Amino acid sequence: MARFLARRIVQSVLVLWASFTLAFVVLYLLPSDPVAIMAAGGGEASAVTDEQVAELRETYGLDQPAWRQYLERLADAAHGDFGQSVANGEPVGRVIAESLPATLQLAGCALLVAALGGGGLALAATWVRRGWLRQALLSLPALGVSAPTFWVGLLLVQLVSFRWGLLPAFGNEGWDAIVLPAITLALPVGSVLAQVFAKSLRTALAEPYAETAWAKGASPARVHLGHAVRNAALPPLTVLGLLLGNLLAGSVVVESVFSRTGLGRTTATAVNSQDIPMVLGIVSFGALVFVLANLLVDLLGPLLDPRLAAERAERAVPA
Amino acid sequence: MARSRRRTALPAVLLVSLLATAACSAAGSSSRDGGVGDAGEPRSGGELNFALASDPVCVDPHQRATNDAIYPARQLVDSLTDQDPETGEIVPWLATAWEVDDEARTFTFTLRDDATFSDGTPVDAQAVKDTFDSVVALGAQAALGSGYLSGYAGTEVVDARTARVSFEAPNAQFLQATSTSALGILARSTTELPAEERCTGNVVGSGPFVLDEYTPNVSVVQSRRADYAWGSSLWRHQGPAYLERLTFTIIPESGVRTGALQSGQVDAIGGVAAQDEASLAAAGFTLASRPNPGLPFALTANLSRPLPADEAIRRAVSLAVDRQEVVDTVLSPSFTVATGSLAHTTATYTDLSELLPHDPDRAAALLDDAGWVPGPDGVRVRDGEELRLTAMWIPNFGPNENALQLIQQQLRAVGIDLRLRTVPLPELPAAQEEGDFDYFWGNTTRTDPDIMRTAFSADLRNIYRQPSGTPLQEALAAQNATTDPERRAATSAEAQRLLVEDGSTVPVFELTTVLGVADHVHDLDFEASSRIRLHDTWVS
Repeated sequence: MARFLARRIVQSVLVLWASFTLAFVVLYLLPSDPVAIMAAGGGEASAVTDEQVAELRETYGLDQPAWRQYLERLADAAHGDFGQSVANGEPVGRVIAESLPATLQLAGCALLVAALGGGGLALAATWVRRGWLRQALLSLPALGVSAPTFWVGLLLVQLVSFRWGLLPAFGNEGWDAIVLPAITLALPVGSVLAQVFAKSLRTALAEPYAETAWAKGASPARVHLGHAVRNAALPPLTVLGLLLGNLLAGSVVVESVFSRTGLGRTTATAVNSQDIPMVLGIVSFGALVFVLANLLVDLLGPLLDPRLAAERAERAVPA
Repeated sequence: MARSRRRTALPAVLLVSLLATAACSAAGSSSRDGGVGDAGEPRSGGELNFALASDPVCVDPHQRATNDAIYPARQLVDSLTDQDPETGEIVPWLATAWEVDDEARTFTFTLRDDATFSDGTPVDAQAVKDTFDSVVALGAQAALGSGYLSGYAGTEVVDARTARVSFEAPNAQFLQATSTSALGILARSTTELPAEERCTGNVVGSGPFVLDEYTPNVSVVQSRRADYAWGSSLWRHQGPAYLERLTFTIIPESGVRTGALQSGQVDAIGGVAAQDEASLAAAGFTLASRPNPGLPFALTANLSRPLPADEAIRRAVSLAVDRQEVVDTVLSPSFTVATGSLAHTTATYTDLSELLPHDPDRAAALLDDAGWVPGPDGVRVRDGEELRLTAMWIPNFGPNENALQLIQQQLRAVGIDLRLRTVPLPELPAAQEEGDFDYFWGNTTRTDPDIMRTAFSADLRNIYRQPSGTPLQEALAAQNATTDPERRAATSAEAQRLLVEDGSTVPVFELTTVLGVADHVHDLDFEASSRIRLHDTWVS
């Protein structure tokens, strides 16, 4: 187990480094830089001189050669220091810390909706006996995955908020403001969960142990919920680790549509102004969340399925 | 040295009366220049929730140039002068009087003695000096202000109420610049802070509203100053503002903004999409609109490229564009066609519509004479080369793409193949620097004609690669080197004529600021640069 953990930690560090480097390369390759954008004054003509621009570049260290900027930023990042936003001078760490709670709240609610909705749909689809109903239920997730988040969000706002006046259309205040964004964000994630879970449930129900349970006279509920669900839960759980990334990415769109504050909006703003330190900080943070979530899922796996623990123990033995 | 003149307000009046005739004849369109109308006696109290289309990012009036940053920032600061949106006249605000020397290099302002910042310190000559010094120190971070102060030699504190600003070279546009929020006067407690600390909320001005809280991506909240008593001479009432509280809510989606207004969740919205205007009007909301002064939306030629360097081609492009069709097809009735190098709300605007006809036959004849003959697919060809032009544009205004696609068809009708190349806003400065375009599509808001020099001077950024030593360059320099209103109007008019005459710029339509306002909101006014001022606004 310790060796497994050590290997996973080394892998995680590599993932973090790679995402930082990739983000830096992409930002550096873009033809513009944040200082030029600032000096352009929002696309309108400005009379800022080249000297003034050069001065500002120096302030932010943007006049240094790329490799040097990279090494310095990497060294600082390794110490947890991502510097200051070029757009407004706020420390990157503080901006992320301040915008995180709102996004966590949103993502948490969305995850709950997705797990309950997606899991429930999968259970229902494998439970019902009528062929047409089962088909209809099984095709719902495909619809959910393919509907663009942006469009779903606007549709919900128009109907629920503007037409029926039930819930607010924007903002972070109050429990009611989170309902529509959470549903919008949960839709694609819940749909994927439903697809994976339904598939693994069907596989599990066709396994010999399910037959055995039937033969021993277990009730349908006992076979379904007791035997199959536990065995079928591992694939959706693994997928969930990957879907956390989707939740973070989806928050960029959802927070913009619903005018919410959070990491997604911060990301959109930072990318638009090519705020290099801010984007690097957010990308690294996202990678960290992703790595930790997957590590957690890997550690949870053996609890659900003891065979996994045995497998890992075996592999850990030197050949 | 130079003969000093008491108060330039008088010459300004002369200049303005000259312009007013021109402006009035052009302003008789359907647009409303006056903001939202009255309904009984103004009432003090209440709140206004105004939806902005984008995050201000920085609440410091000196640092951000977007409309959505200026709307809230404008309410926090007072300026030395104000500009009459109707006439373009520069009138007293914090400064009761001013003198400008003949060379437009020294500006002496006399301040009123009762104004204070919201931290209690007086608005005195030292504050003026600190403010301008700090704008210059901000440099590129104060993109607008540091441009207005280019060639700044310093501010002398003559006495507590007198500040003398001098420049190394003539800078006539500076007087108008003192009316903008980009040069709004800030307290020392703000100017001594580093740029980044001001962005997030440490902004102390002397304006009718005080910043309570800025939450990035959410809102800017302001409350009124009860002791405010030094409003601009242009305002409808003196004393504190009517509204107790202002909330600027940031709602990036235009459909959500419109819906929020219609469902009563906000009181007014900015950035109304052209396609939403009709439905808002039908639902009983007021559409307050005012054409932005400055450079209208135009196709402007890059003179370093071989095809647009040819005057025949540039003029053919101008003749082929049907401006009225663009306004009628892709915009709303709030918009007007461009009738010159400057929008009609700009000071010294000259009506040049006779130089901007839509005449595809003449365009075709010009191209025929230049040796461009129609090719097999309708695109003209000369010596095996196709008449293909690239227009670069940025998605900073919703209807841009549709307008350009229509212009593309109009040019195609005379055999010019216009290719469109969109650049994301962040990449614009680099793309302009690179110069890989034949035409650039864009506009700029400013009430002073000096905006032409900013855009076309061979000595500044010069993204259009204008050659130096031309009559245009002389006219551009001359209009910034004189305080004599007649001479300034004449040199500016000359520059305006030169720019459209040879097709260097092909103005198409004027940007119009359109706000959606609920019917319980009154006297939501526009200042001269078409940004909102909320001191007189009240709710019923």
